[in-house]
Amino acid sequence: MTDLTRLTLAAARRGLADKSFSAAELTAAYLAAIAAANPTFNAYVAVTADQARDMAAQSDARRARGEAGRLDGIPLGIKDLFATKGVHTQAASHILDGFKPEYESTVTANLWRDGAVLLGKLNMDEFAMGSSNETSYYGPVVNPWRARGSNARLVPGGSSGGSAAAVSAWLCAGATATDTGGSIRQPAAFTGTVGIKPTYGRCSRWGIVAFASSLDQAGPLARTVEDAAILLTSMAGFDPKDSTSVDLAVPDFAAAVERGVKGLTIGIPKEYRMDGMPEEIEALWQQGVEWLKAEGAHVREISLPHTKYALPTYYIVAPAEASSNLARYDGVRYGLRVTGKDITDMYELTRAKGFGAEVRRRLMIGTYVLSAGYYDAYYVRAQKVRTLIKRDFEQAFAAGVDAILTPATPSAAFGIGDEEMRADPVKMYLNDVFTVTVNMAGLPGIAVPAGKDAAGLPLGLQLIGKPFDEETLFAAGRVIERAAGIDFSPAKWW
Amino acid sequence: MPVDAATVKRIGRLARIRIEPEEAATYEAELNTILGFVEQLNEVDVAGVEPMTSVTPMQLRRRPDVVTDGGYPEQVVANAPLSEDNFFMVPKVIE
Repeated sequence: MTDLTRLTLAAARRGLADKSFSAAELTAAYLAAIAAANPTFNAYVAVTADQARDMAAQSDARRARGEAGRLDGIPLGIKDLFATKGVHTQAASHILDGFKPEYESTVTANLWRDGAVLLGKLNMDEFAMGSSNETSYYGPVVNPWRARGSNARLVPGGSSGGSAAAVSAWLCAGATATDTGGSIRQPAAFTGTVGIKPTYGRCSRWGIVAFASSLDQAGPLARTVEDAAILLTSMAGFDPKDSTSVDLAVPDFAAAVERGVKGLTIGIPKEYRMDGMPEEIEALWQQGVEWLKAEGAHVREISLPHTKYALPTYYIVAPAEASSNLARYDGVRYGLRVTGKDITDMYELTRAKGFGAEVRRRLMIGTYVLSAGYYDAYYVRAQKVRTLIKRDFEQAFAAGVDAILTPATPSAAFGIGDEEMRADPVKMYLNDVFTVTVNMAGLPGIAVPAGKDAAGLPLGLQLIGKPFDEETLFAAGRVIERAAGIDFSPAKWW
Repeated sequence: MPVDAATVKRIGRLARIRIEPEEAATYEAELNTILGFVEQLNEVDVAGVEPMTSVTPMQLRRRPDVVTDGGYPEQVVANAPLSEDNFFMVPKVIE
């Protein structure tokens, strides 16, 4: 029998539908793969084997009754940021020790409604704050990719590093992830997987541990553009429990995948051509332009003049919102408590011990920029610049651009414990330089693997779309995927 | 440098994060690095620009002001480090 874990999600769905194998068999194959490989990758922080087997058995029963849903029997990994009832939900933080929610996030509830199977919870940067998955309380995740001729362990990117590594290493058929500044798209690029951050408001944020509420969006990580489209169709949808959720019909995104780009206008923002950008990324970007042109798209240079201010704006807005959102972790209602001589002492000791260094750093920045006397100089100014960043995109779209093509990241995956990144937090932040603009403007963005660097590591391209036009991104992403024609399976060394 | 040791201490207090004396210098350096990085926003001409309050052009929905949820205190306190009779237990705050 072929290894069921190697099937794309779409192929697994067909195999289940034509009874080539059962959901129980598919789930068993994934559980065996996780048991064998998770000690190597550290992608899962909790494996729900019994629950997975139960859900798979129920799926097989539903299918026998002719009641199979869109994702029936498909085994998924869930980022530890999503509340899953009765199951480990700790945002990979010490401060949420032992937290098992009494409720289910809307996005995961949508997946179970459509028949998917929960394999377990996936590692991530603590509270989604990081670009390498190294800030997790549970330790780093290892990228299934290695540079040619090297055994050095590489990061899978972050914050959704566990999701990306698990998808790439065949430890789930697809995964949920979240993206506040690039946390879906950067790990996708680092692991040769596909990740989409939908338009702000497309997926409900209810039951997702909040980081920066005006930027956070959930989305899928998957092995192909089609798989990502299938997953997003189930994840998305209006939810009255999230006041920023948009009451808009969810299209069947998979139906748009083969639509092509003929007649579309693709913008190439000149400001994304950065000093010191590696030549192979520049070349890949140009290659992407040629691929889209060959399929009938018009390509033209555009200007997004406030691009360079997106990252500094992010490092005011996101920590400010985080400092407010994370005030709830006080040792009273859930998780860790460190007792002190009085209640303030208890708060301070609990939060000092429960939050890791990067989270504490961002909470300090957020508290500073919101504090009396600095609010206007930092926070209000950043929100004004954010208006200008969004306006840049609006003007490009108003001038007839349908989607924008950029590199996904300024480099391929780097090593775990990289000294330069460790020494300078801003250097780590620069990983998100191409992705963060999209969050600032609330737009959809997809990262698609498109090539490899000289060491054989995957590189991705990003497409940015108009609000609620994810369909064009899937169509254009598919053109790049097909034109690249590369099998983005890591060579199995584990 | 906008942040000095006294500011680190004050911000730590506001954020309710205990800063041990030996950690203050590290925070001071890191916060100044990040604030130095965001300094470039001062180049941007923001005269007449409205600060963003909502990234999507939408009105917040309203609903009738009625109770729609509740009645399960045991679930509310289920994850509390310390609770009694469905109350959260905290150190004494009023003498």
